[in-house]
Amino acid sequence: MFGLLRGLYSYRSFIGTSIRNEFVSRFSRSSLGGLWMIINPLANVLIYALILSNVLAAKLPGIENKYAYALYLMAGTLAWSLFSEIINRCLTLFIENGNLMKKMRFPRITLPFIVLGSALLNNLLLLLSVLAVFICLGQWPTWEMLWAIPLILIVAALAVGLGLILGVLNVFVRDIGQVIPIVLQILFWFTPIVYPINIIPEDLKSLIAWNPMYPIVTAYHDVFVYNVAPDFSQIGITVLITCLLLGFGLYIFRRAAPEMVDAL
Amino acid sequence: MSLLRAKDLGKAYRTYRSEWQRIGRWLGIKSAPREEHWVLQHINFEINAGEAIGIVGQNGAGKSTLLKMLTGTLQPTTGSVEVHGRIAAILELGMGFNPELTGRQNVYHAAGLMGFTTQQIDEVMGEIEAFAEVGEYFDQAVRTYSSGMQMRVAFAVATAKRPEILIVDEALSVGDSYFQHKSFDRIREFQDQGTTLLIVSHDRSSIQALCDRVLLIEGGTVIKDGAPEEVMDFYNAIISEKENATVQVHKLADGSVQTRSGSGEATIESLALYNELDAPVEFVSVGQSLSLKIKISVNSPIPELVVGYMIKDRLGQPIYGTNTHHLDKKMGALEGGTQLEYVFRFDANIGVGSYSIAVALHTADTHLNANYEWRDLALVFNVINADKIPFVGSAWIQPTVECSQ
Repeated sequence: MFGLLRGLYSYRSFIGTSIRNEFVSRFSRSSLGGLWMIINPLANVLIYALILSNVLAAKLPGIENKYAYALYLMAGTLAWSLFSEIINRCLTLFIENGNLMKKMRFPRITLPFIVLGSALLNNLLLLLSVLAVFICLGQWPTWEMLWAIPLILIVAALAVGLGLILGVLNVFVRDIGQVIPIVLQILFWFTPIVYPINIIPEDLKSLIAWNPMYPIVTAYHDVFVYNVAPDFSQIGITVLITCLLLGFGLYIFRRAAPEMVDAL
Repeated sequence: MSLLRAKDLGKAYRTYRSEWQRIGRWLGIKSAPREEHWVLQHINFEINAGEAIGIVGQNGAGKSTLLKMLTGTLQPTTGSVEVHGRIAAILELGMGFNPELTGRQNVYHAAGLMGFTTQQIDEVMGEIEAFAEVGEYFDQAVRTYSSGMQMRVAFAVATAKRPEILIVDEALSVGDSYFQHKSFDRIREFQDQGTTLLIVSHDRSSIQALCDRVLLIEGGTVIKDGAPEEVMDFYNAIISEKENATVQVHKLADGSVQTRSGSGEATIESLALYNELDAPVEFVSVGQSLSLKIKISVNSPIPELVVGYMIKDRLGQPIYGTNTHHLDKKMGALEGGTQLEYVFRFDANIGVGSYSIAVALHTADTHLNANYEWRDLALVFNVINADKIPFVGSAWIQPTVECSQ
């Protein structure tokens, strides 16, 4: 464990340049360059805000804003996009870097952290775009929104823990890489992101409570849409699950790391 | 103190009935692998500071696996590797290079991958840029580079700081010959400063030029560990044995290996090198007159006979070779049972060193048409400088000198 941390610390500049290079190379030959980093999420958010909210113009209970649904949708998307980006990238992380892991000696734990860093950066840009749209829609940032910081960290930790396990397993059992996108799709629709929780039939609600993303997304809604502090008893369970998954992920990673290069 | 010690090193690739069994093992569920495939076994050696070790072996012998275990990317199944000092491994040049980034950005990235901090990279950046010599391209995207330029930058980063142990896998043919010299020089410089070299190569001359010890890996274990010439000859013997079953391999008295091949219509009975007094010689002084006498017996009728010989240096590079076709002394049809003796007279205007002579009996101007007998390392002799002015190189080209003012 201590070795992992030391490896991370001594390779901090590698992690830094890797994250930066990812963005630089993504936009290197486009004339607008880094501006795309804002335009992309902004366009997404605008589509949600303007089109979806008019098509599915459902009013949320307790909110009088005309664009309440748009706000609701954006808050959920903010959480989900971070979660799914990290999982999806972790899933193929070790396979994609197989040659590097075979030919260079470096702490492999840096790889998920590069993913984490760039996903967090992406999410931050999305957050800024969302806030900008919020302001345009008349929803000014409130102090409660500062709760987003710990929430983002919980989502990221949950996704890294899960992603680490799946990424390691995917090296050995490649079916996992095929199955997970489908599972993520299902999980997405089992999380109240595009619909409010109250449209779910009562007997299904107990099922949705098993979804670790449910309390998180609800907390995002609380913070961004309803401007109240999140429900800690709910989040507490997710934090516990996150810690367990993260611990298990690191354990699996440590056990599998020597054999991973054999299988790649 | 040894810098690197491999103790009973072994690597097995395990296959399980199901990959889930492998995963179960991490969680403490016991299960036996269905199959164990041992790539390397019982590797033991020690490397001391400043040594230069070559690793040779045929494809699939396990060289790369060994290097990966020494580098630390691959975990050994048995045994251990003890390392004292920093290892830099050039297993593949340009690892982690991103074509969209500039040379400079890639240098930061690649050096970061080797564990350097940004500050440390800044310190050596100027040196890397100077060594790579790609000019203004250094600040342009790597995708615009030629492959040679990319190799230059990659080599410059990989060797930016002197490591205690440098592992090089077949990467010595970097770029054009100018840069090859430059990279060789850098490796030699490291060696002089005490860096231990570990080189995998199929290039005999670079192994013999750089290494003072060679490990031969065959069938997953080190079968020979010794001086470069000895091991390389042994290695060549193994190769030719595989290539052609009719090849005979003889071990000579001094331990070197002679290979023969051919269809056998005419055979070499004896050959020897004589001096002016017709006495056999092994040590030749520079410029000495020599005669190479070859006795041949024709075993069955042949349409034509050409006798050729070639003098090769220590590394097997041809120094001089010709045959009786070019010398206008070829024989026409010969009956079985004919005995012939050829005498080639020449002056040994060659530099100091060890040389070998290969002899071939064939038709026409090359041995490619019909090859009656081909004998490598048929004869070995040494050239010493007994009475000439001191000089270096492989040719004796005596100058006269004039100086005017």
